[in-house]
Amino acid sequence: MNAATTATNTVTSGRALAGQAPGLLHEDAGEGRGQGIALIALAAALVAAPFLVYPVFVMKLLCFALFACAFNLLLGFGGLLSIGHALFFGFASYTSAHASKAWGLTPELSIAAGTLVAAALGLLVGSLAIRRQGIYLAMITLALAQMGYFVALQAPFTGGEDGIQGVPRGALLGVLDVSSDFSLYWLVAGLFMAGILCMRRIVHSPFGQVLKAIRDNEPRMVSLGYKVDRYKLLVFVLSAALSGLAGAMKALVFQFASLVDVYWTMSGEVILMTLIGGVGTILGPIVGAAVIVSAQSYLSSLGAWVVVAQGAIFVACVVLFRKGIVGTLADRLGRPL
Amino acid sequence: MATVFGIPLAVLFGQVLIGLINGAFYAILSLGLAVIFGLLNIINFAHGALYMAGAFTAWILLNHAGIGFWGALVLAPLIVGLAGVVIERLLLSRIYRLDHLYGLLLTFGLALMITGLFRVGFGSSGLPYPAPAELSGGTNLGFMFLPNYRGFVVAASILVCLGTWFVIERTRIGAYLRAATEDPDLVQTFGINVPLLITLTYAAGVALAAFAGVLAAPIYSVNPGMGQDLIIVVFAVVVIGSMGSIAGAVVTGFALGVVEGLAKVAWPEASSTVIFVIMAVVLLLKPQGLFGKVS
Amino acid sequence: MLDASAAKTADVGAAPFLAVQGLEAWYGESHVLHGIDFEIRRGEVVTLLGRNGAGKSTTLKSIIGLMRSRKGSIRFEDRETISLSSRAIARSGIAFVPEHRGIFSKLTVEENLMLPPVIGRGGMSVDEIHKLFPNLRERARSGGTNLSGGEQQMLAIARVLRTGARLILLDEPTEGLAPVIVQQIGATIRRLKAEGYTVLLVEQNFRFAAGLADRHYVVEEGRVIDMIPNSDVDANIDKLHAYLGV
Repeated sequence: MNAATTATNTVTSGRALAGQAPGLLHEDAGEGRGQGIALIALAAALVAAPFLVYPVFVMKLLCFALFACAFNLLLGFGGLLSIGHALFFGFASYTSAHASKAWGLTPELSIAAGTLVAAALGLLVGSLAIRRQGIYLAMITLALAQMGYFVALQAPFTGGEDGIQGVPRGALLGVLDVSSDFSLYWLVAGLFMAGILCMRRIVHSPFGQVLKAIRDNEPRMVSLGYKVDRYKLLVFVLSAALSGLAGAMKALVFQFASLVDVYWTMSGEVILMTLIGGVGTILGPIVGAAVIVSAQSYLSSLGAWVVVAQGAIFVACVVLFRKGIVGTLADRLGRPL
Repeated sequence: MATVFGIPLAVLFGQVLIGLINGAFYAILSLGLAVIFGLLNIINFAHGALYMAGAFTAWILLNHAGIGFWGALVLAPLIVGLAGVVIERLLLSRIYRLDHLYGLLLTFGLALMITGLFRVGFGSSGLPYPAPAELSGGTNLGFMFLPNYRGFVVAASILVCLGTWFVIERTRIGAYLRAATEDPDLVQTFGINVPLLITLTYAAGVALAAFAGVLAAPIYSVNPGMGQDLIIVVFAVVVIGSMGSIAGAVVTGFALGVVEGLAKVAWPEASSTVIFVIMAVVLLLKPQGLFGKVS
Repeated sequence: MLDASAAKTADVGAAPFLAVQGLEAWYGESHVLHGIDFEIRRGEVVTLLGRNGAGKSTTLKSIIGLMRSRKGSIRFEDRETISLSSRAIARSGIAFVPEHRGIFSKLTVEENLMLPPVIGRGGMSVDEIHKLFPNLRERARSGGTNLSGGEQQMLAIARVLRTGARLILLDEPTEGLAPVIVQQIGATIRRLKAEGYTVLLVEQNFRFAAGLADRHYVVEEGRVIDMIPNSDVDANIDKLHAYLGV
């Protein structure tokens, strides 16, 4: 009927999700310092962590934090909601477990294989999903991931209900033994940090700028002559690959790959981590992953109530706390984090 | 015994019937999703959980109040519909001005909560629910044996879909609904209570899901997970058919149920994925969905 | 005591049907109405004239309650409506015919016509409406937006005549229509005036408005800057042309 009434219903996808605090994402001048300090603090924490906390716990946290950051690359900066990211995480996990166990590949090659498989799946799912927008895109990713779940359930190499157990960690480059938790930790921490810096680079690159502009106003970018589908597909593949990196590492950390990692509840968990930490912030998903992973290990005795609590947090985040922990903090400080 | 491609006809018809029953659930659920989406712009992820809640309500009514199937078929949708009123007023109404994706996230959380609560209360294993005595046994149709209850499920689903179509397309309240789907603000300037209409629409949509849940209770065991995997398939159905048309949603639902049933005969391992494959093919050939309009 | 109540009665007698005072409105952050003042007496046809973007349509939308951020005072039949919902405002007796007509494509012509609920007595019967707009009877079963632009405009006006509303807000009823249709719409508005309806008309087509209205308010940059009775239009024609940039 008129611009005012329709505008309320047709906010461009993703902008409202990520752009709750516009100043937060449309920075660039002076944004470096807040994030720079935070990243240095993060690196310091990574060095200190294995001396203070059980290394497997920290590695688990890092895998999920990287997974959440990869998901956030797609949602927070691309404005695309996937409910199927477990597919990339889970299949990468299977791949690196299989590569390590059945083919005897070294850890770096197993992880690379998992990452590559995830990227290929990302290309496949992404090229289908971006043919629709908004909630349809979300439903398509969910449906395709569910299809992947059924494949994983039936395909012989995944071990079905049993999963792939007893995955050897091997020796880095065939020489550096990483079978102890403490030695594997440095590999995981290093790859995690590399993943985070890589995403930061992507977000601040010209590609990232165009991506954010598409998120904020897709029709405008189309009319300016940008091939928006290519940008969407590329960020989808990047996000899938980095999710795969996280999943591949997780298989080596736990020496186990299972159906849990490809099921849709895992896609839900990564959304929750990102939401609670702060969509569209660099550090939010890390904080969110820390909150959820810690809560899960402390509350595991509650059994089925954990799922109820997760659902309640989900609802509360959407209704009351859409900026998440880091988003809210960044607002208070007046700078992006 | 007659065969087609080496498959006995009776087996084939049996699978078509199972397909029709699954298709009936796809149709009712995607119909509810489409009606809710049309007015609320929300994809109700909790739809599967509320379908499950409908089945559990029937089970609880039977085991704790002695109310049987026919009573449950009326009461369970009403009770779940009331829960829908609470959900809409308390939660959904706060996010209408936000991006549609928030609706998906909110109802995703709701689905986890509802499913989790039933798991806490009833455990994860299935609970049996008997088919009504009036519909026990079966009828020999000559070419196949039709269990009476299954025949009833298909007939009742078709009736409910037709009834929903009639209310939306042929009644005054349906005209309000269609108009509000196009331009809620303008409808409000005629003095029509659009927020109430939204609440009732959500309640009616989830009541449909609960109705399907009651129908499903005697066929599948009643368990907290019964709605989760189903709703994902229904999402694929909705992507294939698009949510623009009531008839489209219903026809797509039934048709895909039958295709899935036939796939079970031809290649059993693929039957759980065939709808997703069809979705992928439709996305390649006709990205807007079979009944979707090019925007 | 006596004096006071006498004064009150006199006030009610003189009170305008609709009185708008200091009306401000915002689209999000942007402030579009900066203090609109005007009034309409019962049975009048009054126009808001002004250039594109002056705030005429926004004024109508504020009166019917579609502008979510608005302040000031809008009194209808001596009742303050500024904080009411558009639903409550409609129920108090105001009907809104939006720009671009707002005909629903998913409804038939008849369904469009029957959509607004009756909110008071004195509305036209369907027969009377069909007599006024015979086309609507013939095409009752077609989809609402399959009508021509002129027919859609007739339908948009017709559907609010059933309801018993006494004040009709018409937003650019002649926009994009052929001259012969414009004449028909003019005749309809004259007919409504004769039946005692009060009409607030937003119009770009000044010549059309001048043939119908009792008074004209000129809106510029979100304020009412002048009022010209229709009888003085000829004397003020140069001034009007300057306002409207004709």
